Amino acid sequence: MMRRFALIAVPYVWLLALFLVPFLIVFKISLSDIALAIPPYTPTLKDGFGALIEGLDFENFVFLTTDDLYYKAYLSSLRIALISTLLTLLIGYPMAYAMARAPQEWRPTLMMLVILPFWTSFLIRVYAWIGILSNEGLLNQLLMGMGLISEPLTILNTNTAVYIGIVYTYLPFMILPIYAALDRMDDSLIEAAEDLGCSRMSAFWLVTIPLSKNGIIAGCFLVFIPALGEFVIPSLLGGSGTLMIGKVLFEEFFNNRDWPVASAVAVVLLLILIIPIVLFQRNQQKQAEAET
Amino acid sequence: MSTSVFAPWDDPDAKPLIRFRNVTKRFGDFVAIDDLTQDIYAQEFFALLGPSGCGKTTMMRMLAGFESVTEGTIELAGQDIANVPPNKRAVNMMFQSYALFPHLSVYENIAFGLRRDKMAKDKIDARVAEMLKLTRLEKFARRKPHQISGGQRQRVALARSLAKAPKLLLLDEPLGALDKKLRQDTQFELMDIQESTGTTFVIVTHDQEEAMTVASRVAVMDEGRIIQVATPGGIYETPNSVYVADFIGDVNIIKGTAKPAGKGKYFLDWGVNQAPILAASDVGFSEGQECHLAIRPEKITITKEKPEEAENTVQGKVLDIAYLGNLSTYYVQLPDGQIIKAQTANTRRLSKRGITWEDPVWVRWTATAGVLLEK
Repeated sequence: MMRRFALIAVPYVWLLALFLVPFLIVFKISLSDIALAIPPYTPTLKDGFGALIEGLDFENFVFLTTDDLYYKAYLSSLRIALISTLLTLLIGYPMAYAMARAPQEWRPTLMMLVILPFWTSFLIRVYAWIGILSNEGLLNQLLMGMGLISEPLTILNTNTAVYIGIVYTYLPFMILPIYAALDRMDDSLIEAAEDLGCSRMSAFWLVTIPLSKNGIIAGCFLVFIPALGEFVIPSLLGGSGTLMIGKVLFEEFFNNRDWPVASAVAVVLLLILIIPIVLFQRNQQKQAEAET
Repeated sequence: MSTSVFAPWDDPDAKPLIRFRNVTKRFGDFVAIDDLTQDIYAQEFFALLGPSGCGKTTMMRMLAGFESVTEGTIELAGQDIANVPPNKRAVNMMFQSYALFPHLSVYENIAFGLRRDKMAKDKIDARVAEMLKLTRLEKFARRKPHQISGGQRQRVALARSLAKAPKLLLLDEPLGALDKKLRQDTQFELMDIQESTGTTFVIVTHDQEEAMTVASRVAVMDEGRIIQVATPGGIYETPNSVYVADFIGDVNIIKGTAKPAGKGKYFLDWGVNQAPILAASDVGFSEGQECHLAIRPEKITITKEKPEEAENTVQGKVLDIAYLGNLSTYYVQLPDGQIIKAQTANTRRLSKRGITWEDPVWVRWTATAGVLLEK
């Protein structure tokens, strides 16, 4: 009994210590006021518990609604995350499909190649894209060298560069769950579909796609959720016109040193993310049930 | 020809539904099917029997259209089907793994092929209902494949492959995943369905009992060739080679040399200090030709006393007894060490059995009990 309790307690303690407690701290800060002090907000526990509770209010959340910067940033983040998820799916699905159809002895190698980029620091890889996409970068030099364009394309510091960065970074998260779903699929199902009158194409739509649905959903969430709060990629590859909530959050914390407003932004972002996270969990659960 | 017996293969005017003509199939250097010619007639229940790797599955997959033919032609109802893709063939297949679509209900699985034909909805409903009734699955129409038992899944697979009323139904080890008891029941069910729908069935199996039970004709295959095609009775009683005799059921093989002994009769010299065996044969053998006598254990009688006036008698002693309940097989060792299996039905209680281990016994059989084989 004790052992079982201990076993169950481990993940809960983990969740409590590393998610719930930090979240409550952030939430508390979001209810505080900015102050020129260390830490840069008031009230704190030093003021006594009563004064602390009294000093908290939802002012910062109200503030978020008065400046359209924030809601525009949220919307723009949602749009960028959605579009890049879609692009990742369009590129990732064929790759996963090709991997699952590749000869058995090739599959571990292909899998390695998909995971390989993770061996290099994420930051270095994003910096590498600057080198590729900038006006004097490799891509422009190549295209100009081939005579396809006469003037360099402006890709760096635009949303296009952000899409490229996000798709590139999160592609493995799309490929791996789809590959897992396709790999599990029995090849004779496709033959059965063809035997019953399907063309190759309709067998793909009627059998392969529905059977990899869970992989697609998992992949989309794994890309969408981190892409929504992405900070590094838009700040390095995006321009002044790229509005993403992760960037706004960073600026509030480190440029404006307005921790309470930054915390409020973070809390709202979390609330937005909770919906897809819950949906994702339900999908995983349904999948687990279907398999038993 | 009698009209009551279904035997179109004996009728020279009968048109075969399927014709394999000098079909060869190679996978790289490996020859899966080796210059094979075979006719299969409409409404037959044709069994392809053989060990794994003998080419039986390849033959079936060529009929379904999943494998191309390297050389030769396959005709279905008089048409060469080499260039007809699987989805355009009037052939359906029941897969060994059943290949039921896990995301679709039993109903949707059966309707799958009909929907591809753009059939009207009420017609689909009627046809699926008919198939559900035929396979006694009415109650499970709404279930998903993972919510029903193995036997039910097998019936869904059968219903789905029959729904489009194919000219030819291919069954790839259809009963392999079922336990023995269920398999026996299902065999009769398959035969009933085959008879009531009038569909031509080609079944692939490595289980000789299954092939013997269901099939109108059995083709025994080995290394990409058909060794013998005959009715189950024909395969069992008159195998054309030691391979077939040995593959189907239990058999004693006695090796020796032939010596003609009158019309259609031969003496087989087979052992030192043994009288030659008298055997009848329609096939001719020359003097001194090496041959094999294949004789089934149940055609050999075992007694404790020396029989009077038997065509072939040999003495030995009981080495082993395999008690199978309904039958007992006696392993009788001859003086030269050869072992002859004799089988008797246990019509009497075990306690009344007269023969036991180490008993000196006589085994006997008639001249027509066995088959003389060249190889």
